[in-house]
Amino acid sequence: MSFSLKNVISIKDFSKEDINFILKQAQHMEPVARSQEMSQGMVGKILGMMFYEPSTRTRLSFETSMKRLGGGVIGFAETGASSVTKGENLADTARMISKYADALVIRHNLEGAARYVSDIVDVPVINAGDGSGQHPTQTLLDIYTMKRIFGKIKGLNVALIGDLKYGRTVHSLSYALGMFGAKMSFVSPPELRMPQETLHDLKEEKAVTQETDDIHQVLDEVDVLYVTRIQKERFPDPEEYSKIKGAYLINADLLKGKDLIVMHPLPRLDEISTDVDNTSYDKYFDQAFNGVPVRMALLDALLKSF
Amino acid sequence: MKKPKELKVKPIKNGTVIDHITANKSLSVLKILGLPHDQSKVTITMNVQSSHMGSKDIVKIESRELYSSEVDQIALIAPKATINIIRDYEIVEKGKVQLLSEIKNLVDCPNPNCITNTIEPIYGKFYVIKKEPVLLRCHYCDRLMEEEEIESQF
Ligand SMILES: Nc1ncnc2c1ncn2[C@@H]1O[C@H](COP(=O)(O)OP(=O)(O)O)[C@@H](O)[C@H]1O
Ligand SMILES: [Zn+2]
Repeated sequence: MSFSLKNVISIKDFSKEDINFILKQAQHMEPVARSQEMSQGMVGKILGMMFYEPSTRTRLSFETSMKRLGGGVIGFAETGASSVTKGENLADTARMISKYADALVIRHNLEGAARYVSDIVDVPVINAGDGSGQHPTQTLLDIYTMKRIFGKIKGLNVALIGDLKYGRTVHSLSYALGMFGAKMSFVSPPELRMPQETLHDLKEEKAVTQETDDIHQVLDEVDVLYVTRIQKERFPDPEEYSKIKGAYLINADLLKGKDLIVMHPLPRLDEISTDVDNTSYDKYFDQAFNGVPVRMALLDALLKSF
Repeated sequence: MKKPKELKVKPIKNGTVIDHITANKSLSVLKILGLPHDQSKVTITMNVQSSHMGSKDIVKIESRELYSSEVDQIALIAPKATINIIRDYEIVEKGKVQLLSEIKNLVDCPNPNCITNTIEPIYGKFYVIKKEPVLLRCHYCDRLMEEEEIESQF
Protein backbone atom coordinates (compact mmCIF):
# COMPACT_ATOMS: atom_id res chain seq x y z
CA MET A 1 0.00 0.00 0.00
CA SER A 2 1.12 3.52 -0.71
CA PHE A 3 -0.05 7.05 -1.21
CA SER A 4 -0.03 8.52 -4.71
CA LEU A 5 -1.11 12.14 -4.28
CA LYS A 6 0.99 15.26 -4.09
CA ASN A 7 -1.92 17.49 -3.13
CA VAL A 8 -5.17 16.91 -1.27
CA ILE A 9 -7.70 19.05 -3.09
CA SER A 10 -10.74 16.91 -3.82
CA ILE A 11 -11.74 13.48 -2.58
CA LYS A 12 -12.28 12.67 -6.26
CA ASP A 13 -8.51 12.70 -6.74
CA PHE A 14 -8.16 9.78 -4.31
CA SER A 15 -8.10 6.14 -5.28
CA LYS A 16 -9.51 3.60 -2.83
CA GLU A 17 -5.93 2.59 -2.13
CA ASP A 18 -5.00 6.16 -1.21
CA ILE A 19 -7.90 6.37 1.24
CA ASN A 20 -7.18 2.97 2.76
CA PHE A 21 -3.56 3.90 3.19
CA ILE A 22 -4.45 7.03 5.18
CA LEU A 23 -7.00 5.15 7.31
CA LYS A 24 -4.46 2.52 8.16
CA GLN A 25 -1.73 5.01 9.00
CA ALA A 26 -4.20 7.00 11.10
CA GLN A 27 -4.70 4.03 13.33
CA HIS A 28 -0.94 3.87 13.97
CA MET A 29 -1.02 7.57 14.82
CA GLU A 30 -3.66 7.25 17.52
CA PRO A 31 -1.26 6.70 20.47
CA VAL A 32 0.66 9.84 19.42
CA ALA A 33 -2.58 11.76 18.98
CA ARG A 34 -3.56 10.73 22.50
CA SER A 35 -0.18 11.79 23.84
CA GLN A 36 0.61 8.24 24.94
CA GLU A 37 3.61 8.15 22.64
CA MET A 38 5.94 10.80 21.24
CA SER A 39 6.84 11.27 17.61
CA GLN A 40 9.68 13.14 15.92
CA GLY A 41 8.41 12.44 12.43
CA MET A 42 8.10 16.09 11.36
CA VAL A 43 11.02 17.67 13.21
CA GLY A 44 12.30 20.63 11.22
CA LYS A 45 9.20 20.75 9.01
CA ILE A 46 6.86 23.72 8.86
CA LEU A 47 3.20 23.76 7.88
CA GLY A 48 1.82 27.00 6.39
CA MET A 49 -1.77 27.77 7.36
CA MET A 50 -3.84 30.08 5.17
CA PHE A 51 -7.26 30.51 6.71
CA TYR A 52 -9.34 33.04 4.81
CA GLU A 53 -12.46 31.87 6.56
CA PRO A 54 -12.88 31.18 10.26
CA SER A 55 -12.37 27.64 11.45
CA THR A 56 -11.85 26.14 14.87
CA ARG A 57 -11.73 22.37 14.55
CA THR A 58 -10.04 22.03 11.19
CA ARG A 59 -7.41 24.63 11.96
CA LEU A 60 -6.68 23.46 15.50
CA SER A 61 -6.55 19.82 14.50
CA PHE A 62 -4.05 20.57 11.74
CA GLU A 63 -1.93 22.54 14.21
CA THR A 64 -2.23 19.80 16.80
CA SER A 65 -1.30 17.15 14.25
CA MET A 66 1.78 19.00 13.07
CA LYS A 67 2.95 19.75 16.62
CA ARG A 68 2.34 16.22 17.91
CA LEU A 69 4.65 15.07 15.11
CA GLY A 70 7.33 17.48 16.26
CA GLY A 71 6.83 20.04 13.47
CA GLY A 72 6.02 23.74 13.46
CA VAL A 73 3.20 25.88 12.15
CA ILE A 74 3.04 29.38 10.63
CA GLY A 75 0.31 31.36 8.91
CA PHE A 76 -2.89 33.23 9.62
CA ALA A 77 -6.20 32.22 11.14
CA GLU A 78 -8.12 35.16 9.78
CA THR A 79 -7.33 37.73 7.14
CA GLY A 80 -7.44 40.73 9.50
CA ALA A 81 -3.77 40.76 10.47
CA SER A 82 -2.19 39.55 7.24
CA SER A 83 -1.15 41.19 4.00
CA VAL A 84 -4.45 40.00 2.56
CA THR A 85 -6.11 43.04 4.13
CA LYS A 86 -3.74 45.17 2.12
CA GLY A 87 -5.28 43.74 -1.01
CA GLU A 88 -2.65 41.15 -1.93
CA ASN A 89 -4.06 38.48 -4.22
CA LEU A 90 -4.23 34.82 -3.24
CA ALA A 91 -1.57 33.81 -5.77
CA ASP A 92 1.05 36.13 -4.29
CA THR A 93 0.25 35.27 -0.68
CA ALA A 94 0.41 31.55 -1.45
CA ARG A 95 3.69 31.82 -3.37
CA MET A 96 5.23 33.76 -0.51
CA ILE A 97 4.15 31.34 2.24
CA SER A 98 5.17 28.37 0.08
CA LYS A 99 8.75 29.69 0.27
CA TYR A 100 8.65 29.49 4.06
CA ALA A 101 6.68 26.29 4.59
CA ASP A 102 6.98 22.65 3.51
CA ALA A 103 3.25 22.32 2.83
CA LEU A 104 0.22 24.60 2.75
CA VAL A 105 -3.22 24.21 4.25
CA ILE A 106 -5.84 26.51 2.79
CA ARG A 107 -9.40 27.33 3.80
CA HIS A 108 -11.14 29.80 1.50
CA ASN A 109 -14.63 31.15 0.95
CA LEU A 110 -14.40 30.68 -2.83
CA GLU A 111 -14.71 27.41 -4.70
CA GLY A 112 -11.59 26.27 -6.52
CA ALA A 113 -9.18 28.31 -4.37
CA ALA A 114 -7.17 25.29 -3.24
CA ARG A 115 -6.90 23.82 -6.75
CA TYR A 116 -5.72 27.19 -7.98
CA VAL A 117 -3.03 27.44 -5.33
CA SER A 118 -1.88 23.87 -5.96
CA ASP A 119 -1.38 24.77 -9.63
CA ILE A 120 1.01 27.62 -8.83
CA VAL A 121 3.14 26.54 -5.85
CA ASP A 122 5.70 23.75 -5.64
CA VAL A 123 4.90 22.42 -2.16
CA PRO A 124 1.97 20.09 -1.37
CA VAL A 125 -1.36 21.84 -0.83
CA ILE A 126 -4.20 20.62 1.38
CA ASN A 127 -7.74 21.88 0.87
CA ALA A 128 -9.28 22.62 4.26
CA GLY A 129 -12.58 23.68 2.69
CA ASP A 130 -13.27 25.83 -0.39
CA GLY A 131 -16.61 27.65 -0.33
CA SER A 132 -19.35 25.11 -0.84
CA GLY A 133 -16.94 22.94 -2.81
CA GLN A 134 -14.95 20.21 -1.12
CA HIS A 135 -13.57 19.34 2.28
CA PRO A 136 -11.54 16.17 1.71
CA THR A 137 -9.79 15.92 5.09
CA GLN A 138 -13.15 16.07 6.88
CA THR A 139 -14.28 13.21 4.66
CA LEU A 140 -11.25 11.13 5.54
CA LEU A 141 -11.94 11.52 9.24
CA ASP A 142 -15.65 10.81 8.72
CA ILE A 143 -14.87 7.61 6.85
CA TYR A 144 -12.29 6.72 9.48
CA THR A 145 -14.91 7.18 12.20
CA MET A 146 -17.45 4.96 10.43
CA LYS A 147 -14.86 2.30 9.73
CA ARG A 148 -13.71 2.30 13.37
CA ILE A 149 -17.29 1.73 14.51
CA PHE A 150 -18.68 -0.61 11.86
CA GLY A 151 -15.54 -2.32 10.57
CA LYS A 152 -16.34 -1.56 6.94
CA ILE A 153 -18.12 0.97 4.76
CA LYS A 154 -19.50 -1.37 2.10
CA GLY A 155 -23.17 -2.05 2.72
CA LEU A 156 -23.58 0.70 5.32
CA ASN A 157 -26.71 2.76 5.05
CA VAL A 158 -25.96 6.43 5.63
CA ALA A 159 -28.40 9.34 5.75
CA LEU A 160 -26.95 12.78 5.02
CA ILE A 161 -29.22 15.37 6.56
CA GLY A 162 -29.64 19.13 6.41
CA ASP A 163 -28.02 21.56 3.99
CA LEU A 164 -26.87 19.33 1.18
CA LYS A 165 -26.63 22.16 -1.32
CA TYR A 166 -24.05 24.41 0.26
CA GLY A 167 -22.58 21.97 2.79
CA ARG A 168 -19.16 21.08 1.43
CA THR A 169 -18.61 18.20 3.85
CA VAL A 170 -21.52 16.25 2.38
CA HIS A 171 -20.28 16.76 -1.18
CA SER A 172 -16.95 15.14 -0.40
CA LEU A 173 -18.41 12.53 1.91
CA SER A 174 -21.08 11.25 -0.47
CA TYR A 175 -18.46 10.72 -3.14
CA ALA A 176 -16.26 8.67 -0.82
CA LEU A 177 -19.21 6.67 0.50
CA GLY A 178 -20.24 5.90 -3.07
CA MET A 179 -16.72 4.78 -3.87
CA PHE A 180 -16.77 2.24 -1.03
CA GLY A 181 -20.26 0.97 -1.79
CA ALA A 182 -22.36 2.50 0.99
CA LYS A 183 -26.04 3.23 0.38
CA MET A 184 -27.12 6.82 0.89
CA SER A 185 -30.25 8.74 1.68
CA PHE A 186 -30.19 12.49 1.09
CA VAL A 187 -32.57 14.14 3.51
CA SER A 188 -33.07 17.86 3.00
CA PRO A 189 -35.64 20.56 2.34
CA PRO A 190 -36.25 20.83 -1.42
CA GLU A 191 -34.36 24.16 -1.53
CA LEU A 192 -31.20 22.55 -0.18
CA ARG A 193 -30.94 19.35 -2.21
CA MET A 194 -27.64 17.90 -3.41
CA PRO A 195 -26.28 19.95 -6.34
CA GLN A 196 -26.40 18.42 -9.79
CA GLU A 197 -22.58 18.24 -9.86
CA THR A 198 -22.55 15.81 -6.94
CA LEU A 199 -25.48 13.81 -8.31
CA HIS A 200 -23.65 13.59 -11.64
CA ASP A 201 -20.53 12.19 -9.96
CA LEU A 202 -22.51 9.72 -7.87
CA LYS A 203 -24.27 8.48 -10.98
CA GLU A 204 -20.91 7.92 -12.67
CA GLU A 205 -19.88 5.93 -9.61
CA LYS A 206 -23.14 3.94 -9.85
CA ALA A 207 -23.80 4.82 -6.22
CA VAL A 208 -27.11 3.75 -4.69
CA THR A 209 -28.89 6.88 -3.45
CA GLN A 210 -32.35 8.21 -2.70
CA GLU A 211 -33.63 11.69 -1.95
CA THR A 212 -36.35 12.66 0.50
CA ASP A 213 -37.40 15.62 2.60
CA ASP A 214 -38.78 13.49 5.42
CA ILE A 215 -36.39 12.25 8.06
CA HIS A 216 -38.91 9.77 9.45
CA GLN A 217 -38.74 7.85 6.19
CA VAL A 218 -35.15 6.79 6.80
CA LEU A 219 -34.84 6.39 10.58
CA ASP A 220 -35.59 2.67 10.62
CA GLU A 221 -33.21 1.69 7.88
CA VAL A 222 -30.04 3.74 8.42
CA ASP A 223 -26.87 2.93 10.35
CA VAL A 224 -25.60 6.50 10.40
CA LEU A 225 -27.33 9.86 10.63
CA TYR A 226 -24.85 12.42 9.36
CA VAL A 227 -26.30 15.74 10.42
CA THR A 228 -25.30 19.15 9.04
CA ARG A 229 -26.43 22.61 9.96
CA ILE A 230 -29.06 24.49 8.02
CA GLN A 231 -27.95 28.09 8.00
CA LYS A 232 -30.36 30.88 8.64
CA GLU A 233 -28.86 32.93 5.79
CA ARG A 234 -30.18 30.40 3.26
CA PHE A 235 -33.76 31.45 4.01
CA PRO A 236 -34.88 35.02 3.42
CA ASP A 237 -38.06 34.34 5.41
CA PRO A 238 -37.37 33.76 9.15
CA GLU A 239 -40.64 31.92 9.61
CA GLU A 240 -39.80 29.51 6.81
CA TYR A 241 -36.42 28.96 8.44
CA SER A 242 -37.78 28.01 11.85
CA LYS A 243 -40.28 25.65 10.26
CA ILE A 244 -37.57 23.89 8.27
CA LYS A 245 -35.21 23.80 11.22
CA GLY A 246 -37.84 22.12 13.38
CA ALA A 247 -38.43 19.41 10.78
CA TYR A 248 -34.77 18.32 10.87
CA LEU A 249 -34.15 18.49 14.59
CA ILE A 250 -32.49 15.41 16.09
CA ASN A 251 -33.29 14.68 19.73
CA ALA A 252 -33.35 11.72 22.09
CA ASP A 253 -37.07 11.26 21.58
CA LEU A 254 -36.72 10.84 17.83
CA LEU A 255 -33.89 8.33 18.20
CA LYS A 256 -35.49 6.20 20.90
CA GLY A 257 -35.27 2.48 20.02
CA LYS A 258 -33.38 3.10 16.78
CA ASP A 259 -30.19 1.22 15.96
CA LEU A 260 -27.93 3.92 14.61
CA ILE A 261 -25.20 6.44 15.37
CA VAL A 262 -25.25 10.22 14.97
CA MET A 263 -22.36 12.09 13.40
CA HIS A 264 -21.87 15.81 12.79
CA PRO A 265 -18.88 17.74 11.39
CA LEU A 266 -19.44 20.39 14.11
CA PRO A 267 -19.97 23.12 15.13
CA ARG A 268 -23.43 22.03 16.13
CA LEU A 269 -25.96 24.66 17.13
CA ASP A 270 -29.40 23.31 17.89
CA GLU A 271 -29.81 20.76 15.07
CA ILE A 272 -28.79 18.01 17.51
CA SER A 273 -30.33 18.50 20.90
CA THR A 274 -27.93 18.21 23.86
CA ASP A 275 -30.01 15.33 25.24
CA VAL A 276 -28.30 13.15 22.61
CA ASP A 277 -24.83 13.95 24.03
CA ASN A 278 -23.14 11.06 25.85
CA THR A 279 -25.77 8.57 24.74
CA SER A 280 -24.82 5.54 22.66
CA TYR A 281 -25.92 7.56 19.59
CA ASP A 282 -23.40 10.34 20.13
CA LYS A 283 -20.30 9.83 17.98
CA TYR A 284 -19.65 13.45 17.06
CA PHE A 285 -17.02 14.14 19.68
CA ASP A 286 -15.12 10.94 18.86
CA GLN A 287 -15.38 12.05 15.28
CA ALA A 288 -13.82 15.42 16.15
CA PHE A 289 -10.92 13.67 17.91
CA ASN A 290 -10.36 11.47 14.88
CA GLY A 291 -9.46 14.59 12.94
CA VAL A 292 -6.06 14.53 14.63
CA PRO A 293 -4.77 11.01 13.80
CA VAL A 294 -6.19 11.27 10.29
CA ARG A 295 -4.52 14.61 9.60
CA MET A 296 -1.29 13.31 11.15
CA ALA A 297 -1.37 10.40 8.73
CA LEU A 298 -2.03 12.75 5.84
CA LEU A 299 0.77 15.16 6.72
CA ASP A 300 3.13 12.26 7.17
CA ALA A 301 2.21 10.78 3.78
CA LEU A 302 2.45 14.10 1.93
CA LEU A 303 5.64 15.40 3.48
CA LYS A 304 7.52 12.12 3.45
CA SER A 305 6.79 11.21 -0.13
CA PHE A 306 7.33 14.72 -1.42
CA MET B 1 -15.30 25.33 -56.96
CA LYS B 2 -18.96 24.65 -57.42
CA LYS B 3 -20.80 26.26 -60.31
CA PRO B 4 -22.47 29.47 -59.21
CA LYS B 5 -25.86 28.13 -60.26
CA GLU B 6 -25.63 25.45 -57.56
CA LEU B 7 -25.36 28.11 -54.92
CA LYS B 8 -28.51 29.54 -53.40
CA VAL B 9 -26.82 32.94 -53.28
CA LYS B 10 -24.33 34.97 -55.18
CA PRO B 11 -20.81 33.58 -54.72
CA ILE B 12 -18.45 35.58 -52.57
CA LYS B 13 -15.14 36.76 -53.88
CA ASN B 14 -13.20 36.80 -50.65
CA GLY B 15 -14.30 35.64 -47.24
CA THR B 16 -15.28 32.63 -45.19
CA VAL B 17 -17.93 29.96 -45.51
CA ILE B 18 -18.75 28.12 -42.33
CA ASP B 19 -20.49 24.95 -43.35
CA HIS B 20 -21.92 21.96 -41.46
CA ILE B 21 -23.02 24.09 -38.53
CA THR B 22 -25.32 22.17 -36.17
CA ALA B 23 -28.87 22.99 -37.29
CA ASN B 24 -30.23 26.23 -35.80
CA LYS B 25 -26.93 27.25 -34.27
CA SER B 26 -25.93 29.79 -36.94
CA LEU B 27 -27.13 32.76 -34.90
CA SER B 28 -24.86 31.76 -32.03
CA VAL B 29 -22.00 31.42 -34.51
CA LEU B 30 -22.68 34.98 -35.63
CA LYS B 31 -22.58 36.18 -32.03
CA ILE B 32 -19.19 34.56 -31.56
CA LEU B 33 -17.98 36.50 -34.59
CA GLY B 34 -19.42 39.78 -33.34
CA LEU B 35 -21.92 39.90 -36.20
CA PRO B 36 -23.97 41.64 -37.43
CA HIS B 37 -21.55 44.51 -37.59
CA ASP B 38 -21.63 47.67 -39.65
CA GLN B 39 -21.49 46.95 -43.39
CA SER B 40 -20.52 43.26 -43.10
CA LYS B 41 -22.19 41.16 -45.74
CA VAL B 42 -23.45 37.92 -44.27
CA THR B 43 -25.62 35.16 -45.70
CA ILE B 44 -27.28 32.72 -43.35
CA THR B 45 -28.84 29.46 -44.43
CA MET B 46 -30.71 27.56 -41.80
CA ASN B 47 -31.97 24.01 -41.61
CA VAL B 48 -30.99 22.76 -45.04
CA GLN B 49 -30.50 19.13 -45.97
CA SER B 50 -27.09 17.66 -45.39
CA SER B 51 -26.12 14.23 -46.63
CA HIS B 52 -24.23 13.23 -43.49
CA MET B 53 -25.78 15.25 -40.69
CA GLY B 54 -29.51 15.42 -41.33
CA SER B 55 -29.90 19.16 -41.47
CA LYS B 56 -27.38 21.92 -41.03
CA ASP B 57 -26.84 25.67 -41.10
CA ILE B 58 -24.38 27.56 -43.29
CA VAL B 59 -22.93 31.03 -42.72
CA LYS B 60 -21.11 32.98 -45.43
CA ILE B 61 -19.23 36.13 -44.57
CA GLU B 62 -17.64 38.42 -47.07
CA SER B 63 -14.19 39.90 -46.63
CA ARG B 64 -13.57 38.33 -43.26
CA GLU B 65 -11.37 35.50 -42.02
CA LEU B 66 -11.53 33.99 -38.52
CA TYR B 67 -9.27 34.17 -35.50
CA SER B 68 -8.31 30.82 -34.05
CA SER B 69 -10.05 31.68 -30.76
CA GLU B 70 -13.27 32.23 -32.73
CA VAL B 71 -12.88 28.87 -34.43
CA ASP B 72 -12.36 27.23 -31.03
CA GLN B 73 -15.51 28.84 -29.66
CA ILE B 74 -17.51 27.69 -32.69
CA ALA B 75 -16.33 24.14 -31.97
CA LEU B 76 -18.16 24.28 -28.63
CA ILE B 77 -21.60 24.71 -30.17
CA ALA B 78 -21.07 23.35 -33.68
CA PRO B 79 -18.49 20.57 -33.35
CA LYS B 80 -18.91 19.37 -36.95
CA ALA B 81 -18.49 22.76 -38.60
CA THR B 82 -16.09 23.18 -41.51
CA ILE B 83 -14.34 26.43 -42.28
CA ASN B 84 -13.75 27.27 -45.93
CA ILE B 85 -11.60 30.25 -46.75
CA ILE B 86 -12.49 31.80 -50.09
CA ARG B 87 -10.10 33.90 -52.13
CA ASP B 88 -10.99 35.03 -55.59
CA TYR B 89 -14.08 32.78 -55.65
CA GLU B 90 -12.02 29.70 -54.90
CA ILE B 91 -11.78 27.69 -51.70
CA VAL B 92 -8.12 28.05 -50.84
CA GLU B 93 -8.24 26.44 -47.44
CA LYS B 94 -10.62 24.01 -45.83
CA GLY B 95 -10.56 22.84 -42.26
CA LYS B 96 -12.69 21.28 -39.58
CA VAL B 97 -13.19 22.90 -36.21
CA GLN B 98 -11.73 20.87 -33.39
CA LEU B 99 -13.15 20.48 -29.92
CA LEU B 100 -10.18 19.77 -27.69
CA SER B 101 -10.56 17.92 -24.41
CA GLU B 102 -9.46 20.99 -22.50
CA ILE B 103 -10.89 24.48 -23.05
CA LYS B 104 -8.75 27.39 -21.93
CA ASN B 105 -9.59 31.04 -21.83
CA LEU B 106 -12.64 30.78 -24.10
CA VAL B 107 -15.56 30.85 -21.68
CA ASP B 108 -16.12 32.01 -18.11
CA CYS B 109 -17.27 29.86 -15.20
CA PRO B 110 -20.95 30.52 -14.46
CA ASN B 111 -20.38 30.00 -10.73
CA PRO B 112 -20.15 33.50 -9.22
CA ASN B 113 -18.34 31.95 -6.25
CA CYS B 114 -15.60 30.42 -8.40
CA ILE B 115 -12.02 31.57 -7.82
CA THR B 116 -11.76 32.39 -11.55
CA ASN B 117 -14.36 35.14 -11.19
CA THR B 118 -12.08 37.33 -9.06
CA ILE B 119 -9.09 39.62 -9.42
CA GLU B 120 -6.78 36.61 -9.40
CA PRO B 121 -4.58 36.30 -12.50
CA ILE B 122 -6.33 33.22 -13.95
CA TYR B 123 -8.54 32.36 -16.87
CA GLY B 124 -11.35 29.87 -17.18
CA LYS B 125 -10.19 26.32 -17.74
CA PHE B 126 -12.68 23.55 -18.47
CA TYR B 127 -12.70 19.88 -19.31
CA VAL B 128 -14.97 18.58 -22.03
CA ILE B 129 -17.08 15.90 -20.34
CA LYS B 130 -19.43 15.34 -23.27
CA LYS B 131 -19.22 16.53 -26.88
CA GLU B 132 -22.69 16.76 -28.40
CA PRO B 133 -24.37 18.62 -26.83
CA VAL B 134 -21.33 19.89 -25.08
CA LEU B 135 -20.93 19.59 -21.31
CA LEU B 136 -17.99 21.30 -19.63
CA ARG B 137 -16.61 21.10 -16.13
CA CYS B 138 -14.64 23.85 -14.43
CA HIS B 139 -11.10 22.75 -13.53
CA TYR B 140 -11.22 24.88 -10.40
CA CYS B 141 -14.68 24.67 -8.85
CA ASP B 142 -16.05 21.52 -10.57
CA ARG B 143 -19.14 23.35 -11.80
CA LEU B 144 -20.86 21.71 -14.78
CA MET B 145 -21.68 24.01 -17.67
CA GLU B 146 -24.25 23.13 -20.29
CA GLU B 147 -24.55 24.37 -23.86
CA GLU B 148 -27.23 26.91 -22.97
CA GLU B 149 -24.98 28.60 -20.43
CA ILE B 150 -22.12 28.61 -22.90
CA GLU B 151 -24.23 30.17 -25.66
CA SER B 152 -25.52 32.84 -23.32
CA GLN B 153 -21.95 34.13 -22.99
CA PHE B 154 -21.42 34.83 -26.67
N1 LIG C 1 -17.19 31.45 -53.79
C1 LIG C 1 -18.08 30.98 -52.96
N2 LIG C 1 -19.01 31.81 -52.44
C2 LIG C 1 -19.92 31.35 -51.55
N3 LIG C 1 -19.99 30.09 -51.10
C3 LIG C 1 -19.09 29.20 -51.54
C4 LIG C 1 -18.09 29.59 -52.49
N4 LIG C 1 -17.34 28.48 -52.76
C5 LIG C 1 -17.85 27.46 -52.04
N5 LIG C 1 -18.90 27.88 -51.27
C6 LIG C 1 -19.70 27.08 -50.30
O1 LIG C 1 -18.79 26.57 -49.31
C7 LIG C 1 -19.25 25.30 -48.86
C8 LIG C 1 -18.18 24.26 -49.04
O2 LIG C 1 -17.95 24.04 -50.41
P1 LIG C 1 -17.47 22.65 -51.00
O3 LIG C 1 -16.16 22.30 -50.46
O4 LIG C 1 -17.58 22.77 -52.52
O5 LIG C 1 -18.64 21.70 -50.53
P2 LIG C 1 -18.57 20.44 -49.49
O6 LIG C 1 -17.80 20.94 -48.27
O7 LIG C 1 -20.01 20.19 -49.17
O8 LIG C 1 -17.88 19.36 -50.24
C9 LIG C 1 -20.53 24.96 -49.65
O9 LIG C 1 -21.64 25.31 -48.86
C10 LIG C 1 -20.40 25.87 -50.88
O10 LIG C 1 -21.70 26.21 -51.35
ZN1 LIG D 1 -15.48 27.48 -11.73
